[in-house]
Amino acid sequence: MDAQQITSFVVSTHQVFSTMLSLAVTAGKPYTCCVVPKFENEVSGIIGMSGDMQGMVVLSFPTSTAKNVIRAFTGMDMEPSSPDFADAVGELVNMISGAAKAKFEGKNVSISCPSVVIGKGHKVQQPSDAVCITIPFECPAGAFSVEVAIKSAKSAANPANSNQHGAAAKAA
Amino acid sequence: MKVMLVDDSKTMRTIQRNILMQLGYKEIEEACDGQDALSKVAGFGPELLLVDWNMPNMDGITFVKTYRAQGGKSPIVMVTTEAEKTRVVEAIKAGVNNYVVKPFTPDSLSQRINETLSRTKAA
Repeated sequence: MDAQQITSFVVSTHQVFSTMLSLAVTAGKPYTCCVVPKFENEVSGIIGMSGDMQGMVVLSFPTSTAKNVIRAFTGMDMEPSSPDFADAVGELVNMISGAAKAKFEGKNVSISCPSVVIGKGHKVQQPSDAVCITIPFECPAGAFSVEVAIKSAKSAANPANSNQHGAAAKAA
Repeated sequence: MKVMLVDDSKTMRTIQRNILMQLGYKEIEEACDGQDALSKVAGFGPELLLVDWNMPNMDGITFVKTYRAQGGKSPIVMVTTEAEKTRVVEAIKAGVNNYVVKPFTPDSLSQRINETLSRTKAA
């Protein structure tokens, strides 16, 4: 994973929030997932990537931010227990991941259908052999993050690179 | 005009339904994946379809190919996160008439729908 790919996620998150939610977002400095996050994950939307790039993308919110974001997206107040709440979170991470992968030049990448986890203090275990980067965001709805743990399929086939990535993830 | 929305996300179907209703379309049917859509097209007879790409059970591109192979002639707008040129070309080859990349504004979706229907009428 390179800086350009991280930038793709910053740009795609900005695009999705400004276009579909009319919310301006500000990205903070990305950090590796070994750093203690600034808030507890309570709502996470998860997308898998496969093809030339492999790994996963996690969009995480505290519940209060998620409720504000979903209200801006759907125009309705929803509780996390509602299936429509999870559906909306899944669609957000789907759009962010899809728009980001379109910016991976020369890469053929597919994304999975999204999954959503809701519950206090959960942790999404990222692939052990990919460096995990957290991009923190602030918007009028609150703070949230996009965690990206992807690697190229070539590095997956190269044991030297795999070990390197594995060490970084272990530290996390 | 009868419009069918094919998307596994209820949120996205609702957003598209609201835009269509603002454009004056009242007869709207929804399907949650390609299989569901195939089971409904004969009974509903859509005159326009908005179809997502990534869906469980049967994805949008497989649905479009099957629908066209079965003789379905109504215009199809693909509404998807798949923005790469290779995907757009693949969709057009499969029988898609127009393409909208998510995220979209209500105006951009409306414009593509109107453009698609105008082209179809002219043909």
